[in-house]
Amino acid sequence: MPYPESMRESLKMVEKTRAKRVELAKSGKPVVPPLTLEEREELLKKFHPDYQPDAEKIIRVGPNKGEKMTAQVVDLLESHSRINPDEIDLSSVDFDVDVLIIGGGGAGCMAAIWAMKEGAEKILISTKLRLGDANSMMSQGGMQAAVNPHDSPAIHYLDVMGGGHFDNKPELVKALVMDAPFIVKFLMELGVMWDRLPDGHLQTKPGGGTSRRRMLSCRDYTGAEIMRVLRDEVRNHPDKITVLEYSPAIELLLDDKGQVAGAILMQTETGEYIVVRAKSTIIATGGFGRLHIKGFPTTNHYGATADGLVMAYRAGAKLLYMDSVQYHPTGAVYPEQIWGFLITEKVRGLGGQPVNRLGELFVFPLEPRDVEAASFIKECAEGRGVKTPTGRVGIWLDSPVIEILNGPGTIEKQLPAMLRQFHRFGIDIRKEPMLVYPTLHYQNGGIEIDEWGRTSLPNLFVAGEASGGVHGRNRLMGNSVLDYNVYGRRTGIKAAENARKVKLGKLTLEHVRKYEDELKEAGIKTKRIAPILFPDYRNFEIIKKHRKFFDPFVGFALTGWQE
Amino acid sequence: MSGEVKKVTVFIMGQKYEVPEGFTILNAIEYAGYQLKRGVGCREGFCGACATVYKLPGDYKLRGGLACQTVVQEGMYIAQIPFTPAQKATYDLNELKPDVTTFQKLYPEAFRCLGCNACSKVCPQEIKVMDYIQAIMRGDIALAADLSFDCIMCGLCAMRCPAEMAQYNIALLARRLYGKYMMPKPEFLEKRLKEIEEGKFDKEIEKLMKMDRESLAKKYSERDINFEIT
Ligand SMILES: Cc1cc2nc3c(=O)[nH]c(=O)nc-3n(C[C@H](O)[C@H](O)[C@H](O)COP(=O)(O)OP(=O)(O)OC[C@H]3O[C@@H](n4cnc5c(N)ncnc54)[C@H](O)[C@@H]3O)c2cc1C
Ligand code: SF4
Ligand code: SF4
Repeated sequence: MPYPESMRESLKMVEKTRAKRVELAKSGKPVVPPLTLEEREELLKKFHPDYQPDAEKIIRVGPNKGEKMTAQVVDLLESHSRINPDEIDLSSVDFDVDVLIIGGGGAGCMAAIWAMKEGAEKILISTKLRLGDANSMMSQGGMQAAVNPHDSPAIHYLDVMGGGHFDNKPELVKALVMDAPFIVKFLMELGVMWDRLPDGHLQTKPGGGTSRRRMLSCRDYTGAEIMRVLRDEVRNHPDKITVLEYSPAIELLLDDKGQVAGAILMQTETGEYIVVRAKSTIIATGGFGRLHIKGFPTTNHYGATADGLVMAYRAGAKLLYMDSVQYHPTGAVYPEQIWGFLITEKVRGLGGQPVNRLGELFVFPLEPRDVEAASFIKECAEGRGVKTPTGRVGIWLDSPVIEILNGPGTIEKQLPAMLRQFHRFGIDIRKEPMLVYPTLHYQNGGIEIDEWGRTSLPNLFVAGEASGGVHGRNRLMGNSVLDYNVYGRRTGIKAAENARKVKLGKLTLEHVRKYEDELKEAGIKTKRIAPILFPDYRNFEIIKKHRKFFDPFVGFALTGWQE
Repeated sequence: MSGEVKKVTVFIMGQKYEVPEGFTILNAIEYAGYQLKRGVGCREGFCGACATVYKLPGDYKLRGGLACQTVVQEGMYIAQIPFTPAQKATYDLNELKPDVTTFQKLYPEAFRCLGCNACSKVCPQEIKVMDYIQAIMRGDIALAADLSFDCIMCGLCAMRCPAEMAQYNIALLARRLYGKYMMPKPEFLEKRLKEIEEGKFDKEIEKLMKMDRESLAKKYSERDINFEIT
């Protein structure tokens, strides 16, 4: 699907301005001056989706009652449980473990490895799809760590805080930046192939909102490389770590002392319930991209439906910054088959330039993500975007510049996944730019944690994208791969420690009943049930003909629920 | 899209469906009415969960691809591979040597390769699978690590292999050995770790942590941006 005639005119203009833009880039100065903090603020207010009047509403139940959150998150939280507590027999426990880890992505695997290192003998990972089918598998760009002499954890700290609009919890950021170099080494010793310079020095690139070269990568399969190594390491210890695939958790279990005590899992194919009693429970369920907030497409994997938030919230854990959503500036717009897919920020890190329909530069290519995304939305809203035959709009991300700046072969070596992705549809990104528009990417907030991943609930830990506080209201590229490693490790250690001390009482699902009462008291009538586990992309027109109830947000996952 | 969308006829597990032209196999399966619970993952070509085999009309060949990356064609017969049973050795990487003997011990089946190239032909990542297996047989771990780097572990090669090995697990071991033992060591990293251990940055960070929002914002605005390679 090479670019159609209708887009060619604009392509020509991009080609025309390319030589000049390359000159500008070679000068070493920013190709467009970065915005001041005030200018950023103004742009965000006008154009970022989070700031639109319909973006938020007030949640009426639970620990954050009365606070504003992203509207779709409120819908998700104000919902019924998948289970009726009366129908579940908690007296027969299927797994009795030291540490239960919910979610088999990066955070989950890292936690398992470290819980084991800390002496936990019985570790269970519950995961929704296969182990490693997760956002962690998908990160392309890289991971931040201050591994250059002219960089330091302190400079990293300042960048993280600035990127997060200073809403980040300081002690969480400290742990993040101080542990980073250690994580690099730990992963290297597990065999992760970090890109190197010829002398062995770790190769680093700038990233959006970084003030130094701090982005480590493994070609553009960074996430896949780390994830498959962590997964392999988990599988090397079947004596201590059991993995249950296709068995997501659907509700946490508490005990009669109010402590978290495990979870109920559901085998997605057979529908069988599995009761797990655990001394420590770690939620590592990742993000919420598949909620398609505000109708945006997403970069996230199929299972990213915020299940962990729902379960923890029902059990009484507090959420933080659930009013903030990260839209990645560069989601693919053309061809239609890859709508919303991620174009890694590394493209801009290597010198790729965003330009409008007229071939003009309009923004510093490496602003923090929210700012960069807002500037793209503005450009399109004001008529300087490019239309596709299906009516979508985007701006160009000029990748051929990369080859001119860094030499031919750079894209093949540094961006093989991107090259392949577009090549499959007949576009050679070494010669032609990509059309992009913001796409729903990351859950900035989440379940509130402290610097060891502990929550307000005894025995409950959270690591990775499901947690809130590390990134404030805007995460910078490369800090969430770091986040899941740092907090996967930290929760693994603490969960193992905790498991040695805990005495559990009688298992209960009382909190589910209580939440149901709260819904009733608040006068909330809904057919929604959550966690939704999977999005529903069936052809509604065909299927809905004999069904009464249909919710475009969660599809048919709800049929059968009786109020 | 304007006007009537063109449809193509496909067969999903033998059942006939009309789906819009240009859809990927994954979109087509969902369009036909399946809410997938397996055989789906990242949907962007990175996780290898949606390995699929298909046949085209008038063609005896069994082809393979990722459902999320392959566009439907008229008359396509489609079956997803829900799971690939595969042997995976368990090991302690610290006790392994980065040479051919490790593979002889852990994955002896790799040495049964017949050189048929069925694996390379089916690989959706266009990886030279046979070449990396042969590199391993020669003990050239560096080459195997490089050639196999883009492997997403979809399992299609293993399903086709007459020597009945799981190439992707073997390649993963090669990459881990290469990453751990054979890549040049980053010297400065050790220094940085020592600096952190000795508390070199503690004071500075403590100071930043105590700053109020305004002064921190000021400091942030004034920070120098330096992208030099050091
Ligand atoms: C396309 C893409 C590119 C990215 N690029 C970068 C990058 O370059 N740099 C960077 O720093 N970050 C990047 N990120 C973000 C980063 O990859 C993620 O934030 C991070 O990997 C999250 O790790 P996690 O372990 O918390 O969650 P995940 O890796 O998503 O793992 C969560 C796991 O939990 C499972 N799960 C969900 N619900 C349940 C349940 N109810 N029960 C059991 N299991 C469940 C999921 O199936 C999944 O396996 C990217 C993200 C995406 C989507
Ligand atoms: S090498 Fe095998 S497992 Fe890896 S991507 Fe190719 S076919 Fe799939
Ligand atoms: S399919 Fe098996 S036997 Fe054939 S070349 Fe590949 S590894 Fe060798």
